[in-house]
Amino acid sequence: MNLLDKTFGIHAKALQVRGQRLEVLSQNIANADTPGYKARDIDFKSVLGRVQSPDDLAISATRAQHFSSAEPASDGGLLYRVPFNTAFDGNTVEMSVEQAQYGKAAADYQATLQFLEDDISGLRKALRGD
Amino acid sequence: MSITNIFGIAGSALNAQITRMNATASNLANAGTVSSTEAEAYRGKRAVFKALVSEELTNAGAPYVGGVMVSGVVDDGAAPRRVSDPKNPLADKDGYVYQSNVSEVGEMVDMMAAARSYQNNVEVINTARQLMLRTLDITKS
Repeated sequence: MNLLDKTFGIHAKALQVRGQRLEVLSQNIANADTPGYKARDIDFKSVLGRVQSPDDLAISATRAQHFSSAEPASDGGLLYRVPFNTAFDGNTVEMSVEQAQYGKAAADYQATLQFLEDDISGLRKALRGD
Repeated sequence: MSITNIFGIAGSALNAQITRMNATASNLANAGTVSSTEAEAYRGKRAVFKALVSEELTNAGAPYVGGVMVSGVVDDGAAPRRVSDPKNPLADKDGYVYQSNVSEVGEMVDMMAAARSYQNNVEVINTARQLMLRTLDITKS
């Protein structure tokens, strides 16, 4: 377990947060036509920091068998986006911004996946020994 | 909170946009209808969207929390046009008929907006699907 944690390092947790960010952006795109909807986004850096070092409110593991909770707070790190232009119906989703962010988030996700794939192929090589 | 929820969220949006397009189709089909009283005149239908911001609005643990739903279909408030047409069999005793309040140009614009939003959500699903498949392939590297 410890070995895997050390091997994958930050990337396993980063993948989780990147997946969350994709979900938030998909919510924005889904609600592009909803009156009064406020676009949201995740501050990747701060959420990843929280996942890495959970604050004092986290469950304390008093026995070796206890699991630590890797899941961050459900609404943690969600921030409202500041729109360039406001719509009459109070909706702050700007489709071009969301599309660009979603594309970038997808690329980020793939980058993290690539790091993980490299780690796994390295492990595999070491295990096979050839 | 995970990438699998994207399918539910974008799916709820596809559903909502289709409902909106259905309303548009109904409006366009009825754009030319006339009736003999103002109350009977066809009024344009509008789908009202509502964000599924929390689990209270859906079943607990539903995968589409954060998506969108059609909370209702309301009538357009604009008054029907009163037109003099004495030869029309539907005309009232003064020779007037009441036309539907649908603006055809406005409906076409709304239809295009709905189609674009639908396409956006299809793209979201496509991207999420590709990422998921790549994530599944992680063990093969």
